[in-house]
Amino acid sequence: MIEIQKEPTPMAVKESKLYQKWGLTDAEYAMIAEKILGRMPNYTETGLFSVMWSEHCSYKNSKPVLRKFPTAGPRVLQGPGEGAGIVDIGDDLAVVFKAESHNHPSAVEPYEGAATGVGGIIRDIFSMGARPIALLDSLRFGELDNERTKYLLEEIVAGISGYGNCIGIPTVGGEVGFDPCYEGNPLVNAMCVGVIAHKDIQKGQAKGVGNTIMYVGAKTGRDGIHGATFASEEFDDGQEQQRSAVQVGDPFMEKLLLEACLELIQEHQDILVGIQDMGAAGLVSSSAEMASKAGSGLILNLDDVPQRESAMTPYELMLSESQERMLVCVKKGSEKEVQDLFARYSLEAVSIGEVTDDGLYRLYHKGQEVCNVPVDALAEDAPIYYKEYQVPERLATFAKLAPFEPQISDMKATFLALLQQPTIASKRAIYETYDSQVQTNTVVVPGSDAAVVRVRGTKKALAMTTDCNARYLYLNPETGGALAVAEAARNIVASGGQPLAITDCLNFGSPDKPEVFWELWTAADGIARACEVLETPVISGNVSLYNETNGKAIYPTPMIGMVGLIEDVKDITTQEFKQAGDLIYLIGETRADFNGSEVQKMLLGRIEGALDAFDLATEKANQAVVLQAIQAGVIQSAHDLSEGGLATALAEAAFPNEVGVAVEVAIPSSWLFSETPSRFVVSVAPKNQTTFEKIAGKSAVCLGKVTNSGEIVIKTQAETIELETETCKNLWEDAITCLMK
Amino acid sequence: MKFAVIVFPGSNCDRDLLWAVKEISKQDAEYVRHDATSLAGYDGVLLPGGFSYGDYLRCGAIARFSAIMPEVIRFAAEGKPVFGTCNGFQILTEAGLLPGVLKKNESLKFVCKTVKLKVTNAATNFTSQYKQGEEIFLPIAHGEGNYYCDAATLAKLKKNNQIVFTYEDENPNGSLENIAGIINERGNVLGMMPHPERAVEELLGSASGIKFFQSMVENYRKVTSNG
Repeated sequence: MIEIQKEPTPMAVKESKLYQKWGLTDAEYAMIAEKILGRMPNYTETGLFSVMWSEHCSYKNSKPVLRKFPTAGPRVLQGPGEGAGIVDIGDDLAVVFKAESHNHPSAVEPYEGAATGVGGIIRDIFSMGARPIALLDSLRFGELDNERTKYLLEEIVAGISGYGNCIGIPTVGGEVGFDPCYEGNPLVNAMCVGVIAHKDIQKGQAKGVGNTIMYVGAKTGRDGIHGATFASEEFDDGQEQQRSAVQVGDPFMEKLLLEACLELIQEHQDILVGIQDMGAAGLVSSSAEMASKAGSGLILNLDDVPQRESAMTPYELMLSESQERMLVCVKKGSEKEVQDLFARYSLEAVSIGEVTDDGLYRLYHKGQEVCNVPVDALAEDAPIYYKEYQVPERLATFAKLAPFEPQISDMKATFLALLQQPTIASKRAIYETYDSQVQTNTVVVPGSDAAVVRVRGTKKALAMTTDCNARYLYLNPETGGALAVAEAARNIVASGGQPLAITDCLNFGSPDKPEVFWELWTAADGIARACEVLETPVISGNVSLYNETNGKAIYPTPMIGMVGLIEDVKDITTQEFKQAGDLIYLIGETRADFNGSEVQKMLLGRIEGALDAFDLATEKANQAVVLQAIQAGVIQSAHDLSEGGLATALAEAAFPNEVGVAVEVAIPSSWLFSETPSRFVVSVAPKNQTTFEKIAGKSAVCLGKVTNSGEIVIKTQAETIELETETCKNLWEDAITCLMK
Repeated sequence: MKFAVIVFPGSNCDRDLLWAVKEISKQDAEYVRHDATSLAGYDGVLLPGGFSYGDYLRCGAIARFSAIMPEVIRFAAEGKPVFGTCNGFQILTEAGLLPGVLKKNESLKFVCKTVKLKVTNAATNFTSQYKQGEEIFLPIAHGEGNYYCDAATLAKLKKNNQIVFTYEDENPNGSLENIAGIINERGNVLGMMPHPERAVEELLGSASGIKFFQSMVENYRKVTSNG
């Protein structure tokens, strides 16, 4: 009680402008006090508004951007707005997926930040009623040339591995990239994929007057208070005391919670009304959203909230982001049934409130009403800002530059150096610390274009990937945004899948800067356009803004997570060459596209210039060729071309079976590293040559053959480059381990 | 043959084991919870991989105190087959059903990959379908699989042919003498770090594990038809 008495009065909150510290502006405060409440909000209410109206919870800056995305499609069962999106895959089954960023916590406390990022996204999936079947992680770091970055990589990977391995969900894929702009602000985007029977699909809703709100899972502590607000701020040197805003994860607790919730959903549908995870902004966010979505009101008795610290205030209880907690709404009278179920998993289920029909959000603590506000005001009525935008100055400079053409005197040395760039080098040292096979459904393990997980009880499989080449967005956010979606789709197609839909994490700098907001605004245009053409609606996602250190923003990095459907497991295709004698084809045209390329970064030490126009129709046509050829059964391997271009793609395809390659390409040598989009390398058994060429038509050119010489031999217009496969492979495979030493 | 798959809080390969024996090997199998106290009616016990009790304190150290464990020990004492993979192996050593301990991997990191193993004793009830010295590929996925025992125990293991699987070409965790799996002296309790249940379908990369479960079933049939 003493702590509570110390709380500032409503007048003191107003006069001291305490709300500013929590992220509310004067105008927002005035709107709450004058328009919404008609009185000054008290300390607790001010805290609730500040966190619910943070960018992280309200999307107040990004909503106009998100409206650009196509979100519907014939297969979409649930678009953005719930815990995760859902897409039909036939057989009365659906795939549920979403990605979420945990950048800020991971920068401050990398192990726990990454671990709880994984834990949070898993809860989003099982709160929809789905069993999580796979995890992917998209990571960005600064260069591996300093101890801090090495530490961040080590700890973030350990956090992902620690959480995912323990809970028993395979980490099957993802990507890791390195650029100096991420040094102070690494990116940790975690994606989870689940499978659900249509009948089990849940909503996060609290409806039916008198129904009971129950709290399940871990107890509430003071960890993570104001985490959502924290995620909506920039980093500054000398401001590293935000550690208290980072939560601590317990994957064992979440494993119990997962099994208990799935049992509740699958076997007690008659009593379950709604279920939602307590993620960002904890209890206030989950409960207010559940009530608001159903048009209900809510009464919560905070004394009943399980607590693991003493003397917690209403403010602390509502804003805590303690992990492994869920909120469920159940029919009145069924509380005992729920308690018994959770007790079998050694978990507490506690009634903490009930549904009302007055649209009010009322909290009681120690016999006093500590909050009484309209529920929609919290969950729906945050102002929407149409930020100013302005074309970044750098782009005018880039437009004037002549296209970069690498001057390479020693192709062999350059190629070997390129294979050791950490963005290109093998990520084995990282992904081998993830359990990629638990649940025994993983058909294609990490290391290929997309991971593939079969769907038990059917002939189907799901291909999944995360992609974003942020360098392209740095040069041209709109084209780069479209390229990110296209690359994801290319990876799905190369694995034999039909792209279904995407999720995204829009990682950008501060939207308060017109140049950054322009990046966000136009990147979304590019993403939206690609999603429309490639027929992959956006079904879920999140926005992470304020990714800046000392005033400098990261590259615009809208991570695209895509899932595709493989109708028959026989169509699953991997990137490696299988057999000497197989013919190697290049699909798609190669031009001198070096701006934003890996070779530009390596040779110049920076990225610059303009991006060539990107033709989505060509992209779609080339993808169609590959998918058709795969489904016709005439493709031995398929690999998309990305960083490092054709030379790198050929090498990566040769590495797993340590085969040789003998090809001839009628281009200048340096073009082997060009990153022209919409290209694939495929291999075809000689007996299927005619069928393949009929399907591919003019889009494919035969370059040569897979050999058993153990040598990569590439003849260009000017020279013949010969390298031992094994030598290249060893350098490529050991590069990251060496850099980490 | 009817299998019990023991489910501890935090087990996460229980479903995979059930799938391998029920759907692939076509045997009866059921989950038995950690708080059950009877294994009556079962012919074999399988301890799954995972992180029982979060692996808090030490892998398997808390699970060994589960209500079901005295019954597993009694079951083993009757000479019936008990198999533990990964966390199951760790629990068997903690429970004293198998000698030695599993330390943190030498790399101090979790490792998941498919490894080459040699069947160094194909005369057991778990490996009789393999050839002596056969090389097989099974996935591993563990942070604490570094087998260790004292010299006297090792000598005994060797003398009695209790080392059943060894890592070939590469030792992924620092295990003593490349030990991947061992059996008790009586020959009815086997523990190993690799996961045979993850290698029962070619689609998933290897079917080397099928013979493991087939061996258990075949030897059970022999025992029951003789008995």
